[in-house]
Amino acid sequence: MTRWAMVADLRRCVGCQTCTTACRHANATPPGVQWRRVLDMEFGEYPNVQRAFVPVGCQHCDDPPCMHVCPSKATKKRADGIVTIDYDLCIGCGYCAVACPYQARYKTDKALFAYGEPTQSEAKRHDGARLAVATKCTFCVDRIDAGVEKGLTPGIDPEATPACVNACIASALVFGDLDDPQSNVSELLAEHQHFRMHEELGTGPGFYYVWDKALP
Amino acid sequence: MSFGPAPWQQTNWDWRAAGNFICGGAGAGLIVLAALSAAGPAFTALMLAGLALVGLGLFCVWLEIGRPLRALHVFFNPRTSWMTREAFTATLLFPVGLAAAAAVPGCAWVAAVLALAFVYCQGRMLQGAKGIPAWREALLLPLIVTTGLAEGAGLFFLTAPLHATGTQALLAMFGALVLARMLVWFAYRRRLAAAAAPGATAALDRAGRTLQIAGTLVPLLLIGAIMAGAVWAAQAPLVAAIAGLAAAAAGAYTKYTIVTRAGFNQGFALAHLPVRGARP
Repeated sequence: MTRWAMVADLRRCVGCQTCTTACRHANATPPGVQWRRVLDMEFGEYPNVQRAFVPVGCQHCDDPPCMHVCPSKATKKRADGIVTIDYDLCIGCGYCAVACPYQARYKTDKALFAYGEPTQSEAKRHDGARLAVATKCTFCVDRIDAGVEKGLTPGIDPEATPACVNACIASALVFGDLDDPQSNVSELLAEHQHFRMHEELGTGPGFYYVWDKALP
Repeated sequence: MSFGPAPWQQTNWDWRAAGNFICGGAGAGLIVLAALSAAGPAFTALMLAGLALVGLGLFCVWLEIGRPLRALHVFFNPRTSWMTREAFTATLLFPVGLAAAAAVPGCAWVAAVLALAFVYCQGRMLQGAKGIPAWREALLLPLIVTTGLAEGAGLFFLTAPLHATGTQALLAMFGALVLARMLVWFAYRRRLAAAAAPGATAALDRAGRTLQIAGTLVPLLLIGAIMAGAVWAAQAPLVAAIAGLAAAAAGAYTKYTIVTRAGFNQGFALAHLPVRGARP
């Protein structure tokens, strides 16, 4: 089996938002919609302050609450762990958005463009099917599927790898098959201490955060 | 202290979604009370009014969804979605309720059971929203159910001057429902103290004060006065109507607050901070 997962190394992320931009470019999301976001968080009190940049987005959960609540079965989970939305089935009720503990879902009711009128690129790439329905990170599923079909390895071969991972300037984002013990993500997780966000909710996120090297 | 994106009020469900919980719950409660009261000539009107409220709530939802022409897709996921189950229950409730209104024997009780199932689905629907601490709390389910029933009873007595079928037993039940709602509210609010965002608890406390005074204290005093014979018999329906209005309005305001003011998400949290650079 394959279980696609993403790892964000919090020690490496510098908050440059290149992944955010790459995602927006790859997926032509409208203004205000960021399937891949990087949070700028600060902890502590002066002078003991620490800052962390935290990539977030759809966590492609093992047990996605968004899928369970979806009344139209528009949200599905593939065998490889990727949570998808069928834009032709979605009724845009927003139930998935309030069910998601990661604020990963967006609903845009009308067409929005960066400068009011659509640019040439925006006009060409505008997709009316994504209006008034739920949208979110897909792990660039089209790239993964096309890459796998060509015999490429997602997470290793850029052509088969999510755009945010390809764009990361610090190699903070890593993508791969969690079920393969030899994969990049499996080895990274084995060698480091990591956690998943809001794990207490039992959703089983497919998005891991590395925060330190493994205990000796 | 930490800085970063703090929990914020969800914006996906607004007054239209709240309208479904307000009207649907009250309508379902009214159907239950109508069945219990065997309200004679007024039964048909009460049953139809309950159905109309449920329908109005569903219409509110229809206004909210992004793709209203695909509304029938709501029936596609009965296996796990409480929204689908609510839709199916409503689909059964309407014909059975209409049959009950037309005095088909036995249908009133079936309609009451379906109405209870409908309001139960509503509670489970909110509870399924795992992203919102104030909604996923287990005690929200009994709160939604008791609120719906108390509002329905409130509407029943609000219309008492028109049908005059409110018995002492029903009045006592109305009081018990109002009291039960308040007790569940206290327990719900206490459980949320640590889990919900400060903005959510502040909004809930504002609604809670209204629920305690207008939604509970006022109706209980008026009900008590009627039952103790402190109100002239001729004035009793009017006093009961005031109690009903207070109970129903406070319940509606509470549900409106829960959906549109207390729907804060839980934000983001790091279980560990990154360890960078050399160690001591």
